[in-house]
This record gives sequence, structure tokens and C-alpha cells, in this order.
Amino acid sequence: MVQVRMESNLLGANDLLARKNRNLFSRQNLLVINLMSSPGSGKTTILEKTIENLDGKLNLGVIEGDLYTDNDARRIEQKGVKVIQINTEGACHLDAGMVGKAYNELPVDQLDLLFIENVGNLVCPAEFDLGEDFKAVVLSTTEGNDKPLKYPLIFREAKVILLNKIDLLPYTNFNLQQFREDLAQINPTAPVFYVSGRTGEGISDWNDWLLGEVGKKELNHRER
Amino acid sequence: MHELSLMQGVTDIVKESAEQNNICKISKVKLVVGKFSMALPDSMQFAFEAIAASEPLLEGAVLEIDTRPIICQCLECDSKTEIGDSYHFVCSGCGSAKVEIIQGRELYLDYYEGE
Repeated sequence: MVQVRMESNLLGANDLLARKNRNLFSRQNLLVINLMSSPGSGKTTILEKTIENLDGKLNLGVIEGDLYTDNDARRIEQKGVKVIQINTEGACHLDAGMVGKAYNELPVDQLDLLFIENVGNLVCPAEFDLGEDFKAVVLSTTEGNDKPLKYPLIFREAKVILLNKIDLLPYTNFNLQQFREDLAQINPTAPVFYVSGRTGEGISDWNDWLLGEVGKKELNHRER
Repeated sequence: MHELSLMQGVTDIVKESAEQNNICKISKVKLVVGKFSMALPDSMQFAFEAIAASEPLLEGAVLEIDTRPIICQCLECDSKTEIGDSYHFVCSGCGSAKVEIIQGRELYLDYYEGE
């Protein structure tokens, strides 16, 4: 009987590719955000409103991840933004390899900010590093306020959280105070933006924050 | 999450290594899974049994999973706190929320045994 020690990380192959992506992004001085949520919470609508509201202040690129269809990519394209669609054909998350390939198809030297819209899922995407600067998580009021406690990893990993469909709050049982208390336990440092992708409420505050993050990234790059 | 594909990855690594080490019968595979990884030990066990059933090399092999609790270290006072099912990420020593997860995200193949 022999024992063979392996100590091999089951996500090691992905982590290696994520490091490669991170190097590529950083060479272009590009801020990259991994945008995650459950299906239907409004990631694409928020992106559309973000693009409209930014009104050309930033050069954006978008990588869209979906199991099937290019519906989301076509919506983003109509806003005049460069977009690449990834179809995972059944896979529940984007991985660093898929993102690396899509990135090569973007005119990256013209971009300041790249959004990667992950597959709608609060479980698996949290585990896969894509090489992004940070993760942003969207929750919508219609999903209920208990989601941070039910999916703590994704809410813990987020650098910023958007609560969408805030215009529908009065028609739901979403308990805003409980949501804040739960987040204070799981992720006390992430700022929360209360937005509506439908009406545009809160989008300009979110964009001001985004502009600040892009500015910080540029500053860090210059100091290096 | 996608435990079947994770376990497929595990058995592929083990098969390749067993071949290199002239091992033709594997009796045990040991994984370390943190409580804050999204992989479920029960599903991994189920997937392993399904794969092992059609793999002569793994016939009769057992999968042992060492589940590690979530432990945070405080960035203010340095003390360590085990985080329970409430996911209350706060230092038990000084009450600070500035804590860093130092254990609980593990997801790796530790070793395998065979002959």
C-alpha cells in the first residue's frame, strides 16, 4: 500500500488562467468587473441604464455570459458598446479560459472599463476567479431579503452590491432593515446602491462610484 | 454546484498519477473541502461512487472528505474566530468586522492510497 500526496487544487487550472487574464487586464490598465446575480434580477437592464447615464464618459466593453442565445449581447450592442457573447451551452458559470478568449476579440486598447456579465446563478460563479478587479452582485427586491444569508459566499466576495427593482419595493415583502442587518454580518464594507434598472433611479450614484473606481485604477497604474 | 465535473477532474488526476506510479488498484481518495467552498460533500460522494462504479482502477475505493470549518483572523487584534452557520463575520475577541478568512475556502485533493 502506498500513499501518494497530491495537494492539488481542484480549481487550480482555472486559477492559473485567471492570473493570466489579470496580467493582461492590468497591462491595458483596464478596470474589470465581474457582475453576478440570479437569473432575472436585472444585470443587463442595469448595464443598459449605466451605459445611457455614463453618456460616453467612459469607454465600455461588455462580455456577456449566457447558457444560450445572444439576446443580451444584442441589447448591449444597440447602446453602441462593444460586446462579445459567450454561450456556455449548459455550464453554470463563466471560467477564466472562456473570458480570456472573449477578451482577445475586444478592442481592448480603446477601453477604460470592462463588465463581464456572468451566467445568472448565485452559487457557482462565486467560486471561479476570472481575473477581474472585483465582483459586483445584484439582488432584486422581488427575490426576497434572505438571499445574502442563503448565499453568503457570493455576498461576502462582492466589493459592491446593487439592490435592483427598488421601485417595486412597496409591492414586495422585502425587509430592507433585515437586508442591511444581514449584510452587516456577512460583508460590512461593501457599499450598497439602491437602483431601478427600469426607471433609472439610483443609477447616477452608482456611476459616480464607478467613475471613482476607474480613476483609482488609473492612479495606481501611473504610480507603478 | 457542478460536483460531477469536479469529481471527474479528481478521478482524471488520480488516474494519471496512478499510471505514473505503477499503481493499479486505488483504495482511498482523500479530499479537503472548506465549508465556505460551494462544493457539497454529499454530492461529491455521490458523484465519486457513480464514476468509481465504471472505473476498474477505482473499484471499491472510498472517498474520504475532510470538511474544514470557516476561520477568520482579525486584522485589528489578530485573534482567530470560527464562523458558524450564522455567517457572522465578526471577531469574537474585539468585535471588529475587519476580518480575513484564513480557512474554509479549501477545495483540494490531498492524497490517494493504492497498490
